[in-house]
Amino acid sequence: MVKILFRDKEWELQAGMTVRDAILKVGLDPQAVLAVRDGKLINEATILKNGDTIRLIAVISGG
Amino acid sequence: MKCRKCGAVAVINMRQHKLALCDEHFLEWIPQQTQRAIRKYRMFGPRDRILVAVSGGKDSLSLWDVLLRLGYQAEGLYIHLGIDSGGYSDSSLEYVERFAAAREGARFRVVDVKAEYGQSVPELARRTHRGRKPCALCGLVKRYIMNRVAYEGGYDAIATGHNLDDEVAVLMQNTLRWQTGYLARQAPVLPSTHPKLARKVKPFVRLYERETAAYAIVRGIEYIYDECPYAVGSTTNFYKELLNQLEGRSPGAKLGFYLSFLEAKRQGAFSQTKEALELNECEKCGQPTTAPGLCAFCRLWER
Repeated sequence: MVKILFRDKEWELQAGMTVRDAILKVGLDPQAVLAVRDGKLINEATILKNGDTIRLIAVISGG
Repeated sequence: MKCRKCGAVAVINMRQHKLALCDEHFLEWIPQQTQRAIRKYRMFGPRDRILVAVSGGKDSLSLWDVLLRLGYQAEGLYIHLGIDSGGYSDSSLEYVERFAAAREGARFRVVDVKAEYGQSVPELARRTHRGRKPCALCGLVKRYIMNRVAYEGGYDAIATGHNLDDEVAVLMQNTLRWQTGYLARQAPVLPSTHPKLARKVKPFVRLYERETAAYAIVRGIEYIYDECPYAVGSTTNFYKELLNQLEGRSPGAKLGFYLSFLEAKRQGAFSQTKEALELNECEKCGQPTTAPGLCAFCRLWER
């Protein structure tokens, strides 16, 4: 399984999908978030592996 | 996905440019693009002193970092607005302090609105009955202080971290209402129209918000993730979400919208609505103002 974290939310998804698919699966817009694994930015085509923890970071800010 | 320049694993894919880059080449690409914008729009030169308005967010800290890397004399200005909700202003300042402490030559000054003028922005908003959404008032306070500090400190330009998404969201709002006056004034550079009015520049104007956030992450810049509590659910953010949906279907739509707007302006669009405003000096503080008597900032404190 892959753990996806975004703000105070958390999801568990099957391994084997891309970052982009995972973002869509949890209902977010791939344009509006970036994915970080082990503190490193990863691209949207990266295939997620069992045991991965992915933190999604919102890019939209205002103020 | 591989980096187009070296074949290493890419950290970002910029679909509007059909360009995927690794961390090393992305960290080179952002300053190159910024320098290109600075030259193209004639923002400032290598000898100019630049005042960078820093908020502790990804855009302004990344901009400051890039300007320092490019060798510009870029000094920071943090305006403490006194936003208490979750300690927002204090927390933002800590990010700025940490950033500056980690970089030799990154000097900055703080203007604390409450300490200097007697009330924080939320307090001022409540007193002037603008408590629910103090954003317009906050903008007025920030513009005034930025300009005053730039004038008193002899800076050649004020640089803000506005990115392409910020600009396109405003462009969309102004276009949907055909606010021709605002459209006439929207540009990467706002020239000085009075000896006491500093030039304002937006060196990140061609970079997507996604790229400025990615730059901060790859470069290891710690920034405040939370946005201003008053900006949550703002109209601008709603337009950004809509524009991102458009971008998802049509990569490059945001960039194309903005660049074709600038090109239309270059060809004369909205030039008739561009009126030269006559500026007076405020009777109290001496800052430029369109109204005779007190400027809008000084009027706030008279009420």
